[in-house]
Amino acid sequence: MRNLIKTQFNFFGNQNTSIPMLRLLKLELQKLLLNRASKVLIFISFILPFFVIILSSLRIDFFGLFVLELGHYGLFNFPIVWHITTFFAAQFKFFFAIVVVSMIGNEYSNKTIKQNLIDGLSKKEFILSKFYTIVFFSAVATLLIFIICLCIGLFYSSINEWSLIFRDTEFLLAYFVKLVGFFSLCLFLGMLVKRSAFALAFLFMLFIVEWIVYGLMVWKIDETTATRIQNFFPLKSMWKLIDQPFQRIAISKMPNSQAIIYDFAVHWYEIAIVLGWTAIFIFLSYRLLKKRDL
Amino acid sequence: MESILTINNLTKKFGYLTAVKDLSFTIHKGNVYGILGPNGSGKSTTLGIVLNVVNKTEGNFHWFDGKVSTHNALKKVGAIIERPNFYPYMTAEQNLKLVCRIKGVDHSKIYEKLEVVGLLDRKNHKFSTYSLGMKQRLAIASALLNDPEILILDEPTNGLDPQGIHQIRQIIKDIAITGTTILLASHLLDEVEKVCTHVVVLRKGEKLYSGRVDEMISSHGFLELKAQQQDVLLNVLKSNATFGNISVENDLIKVILKEPMDASSFNKLMFENGIILSHLVKRKESLEEQFLKLTDHSNEQNAKLN
Repeated sequence: MRNLIKTQFNFFGNQNTSIPMLRLLKLELQKLLLNRASKVLIFISFILPFFVIILSSLRIDFFGLFVLELGHYGLFNFPIVWHITTFFAAQFKFFFAIVVVSMIGNEYSNKTIKQNLIDGLSKKEFILSKFYTIVFFSAVATLLIFIICLCIGLFYSSINEWSLIFRDTEFLLAYFVKLVGFFSLCLFLGMLVKRSAFALAFLFMLFIVEWIVYGLMVWKIDETTATRIQNFFPLKSMWKLIDQPFQRIAISKMPNSQAIIYDFAVHWYEIAIVLGWTAIFIFLSYRLLKKRDL
Repeated sequence: MESILTINNLTKKFGYLTAVKDLSFTIHKGNVYGILGPNGSGKSTTLGIVLNVVNKTEGNFHWFDGKVSTHNALKKVGAIIERPNFYPYMTAEQNLKLVCRIKGVDHSKIYEKLEVVGLLDRKNHKFSTYSLGMKQRLAIASALLNDPEILILDEPTNGLDPQGIHQIRQIIKDIAITGTTILLASHLLDEVEKVCTHVVVLRKGEKLYSGRVDEMISSHGFLELKAQQQDVLLNVLKSNATFGNISVENDLIKVILKEPMDASSFNKLMFENGIILSHLVKRKESLEEQFLKLTDHSNEQNAKLN
């Protein structure tokens, strides 16, 4: 593990680079990777998506009655594999969310945020170093998912036409944006309450509040308008990016059933909403830090 | 003289409390400055403002010639405030590497500075295993990494045992000899008296005095006298313009000199007046007495105003 970190640092170069972005990223990576707890969590959040591979090769024999073999249902064929894998992999984002809130919480509890600023880091650079790290980890996670999907898809489907294989890869973009948006929200909550555990509690409360507001709107207005408004809420808009794939699977099995047709595509406006929230969260984090006396 | 830090009419309010009130002073290169004041007099707040961690309410300050942003100026500053803050899970060397990254300094300085504070053999130990004295010394090493133009220390010996205090003071003195400008905030007067050339005295956020330490310490000193013929002695003292304020505590007479006069010529003068002294000591006022006088004086003023 230690060697792994060493090579990772060497990869970015030991000397101080003139590119400000790399300097800030290296700074944050050193803080994270030398901490055992966050190192383990990062490792887990990268490893867990690989379980989709195990899931795909799962073969359950129900006492000789019938055999459940997920791979044989066409779930891992192109292009649906992009949708299914990104949907399930996105559920593992919680592990890195813990890392994000604790990387703020630790800075406050160790008072190292104060020391960083005194040493000559600006408040803007402090927030940016966290944000670059979020983008970096989301990018790595997306790259991993891309590789996993490609391997599973190539293994299970007989398609070898590149245009078909890379159809629906917008789900990868959606996955990336979803991660960046969600972690930015965590960053903001971390900055807001300064304690990791409370930040996670706030996240859960936000989830509940969103549904309560939705419920009230359904009650007072009507369901379609309520849903339309709810799609602008931070957590819901992130969830909406990659719609659940179950109905799509059902449709692919029963092509004639018109009743369950739904819109599962990734739309530009869904991405725009989440990017908007990301910008707001990062900006608010910066404002908070700027106004605060440490 | 080259100025390092200029503060103009700085004010900081925490709600109703005014922590720093209309404070102005300038720090010039090559001197050792002390900020002196009792607890809660606004020392740390003032340092916090110029170090970019506390927002000012009014006024302004600038580092060096005022052309660089505060955070870039801080890369040329070394500062330790309150307790040493480091990442507990990193070793001393890793912590210093991180500081190098922030300040944009080459890693090669790390061993040199750890040597200065005597922590080189503990470089691979985690920060969390350090004693308070070692933590404070690591903080000094960290502040020295960039060979700073100015070293800022806020209560550097707070909470240390006598041995630790001695070590830290020795390190500060060694640094002062190299010509580094130092700004030392403390409520310990002898600490400031021992190392500082200039002093800024604060009380409740207001500046009471700023200038050289030896000028603050009353110019010509004072005499402590005892004699059998006390009344005669007092009359002689009162009639002579050389002597200022006279105070009598039991049989000890304390008289402040308005003009320079050494002990032997005073003794001669007394002899000419037929007074035989049983006790004669010439002393300079300590910073502590001066400080109490300053703060008492403003107390009286406040009392009058009220």
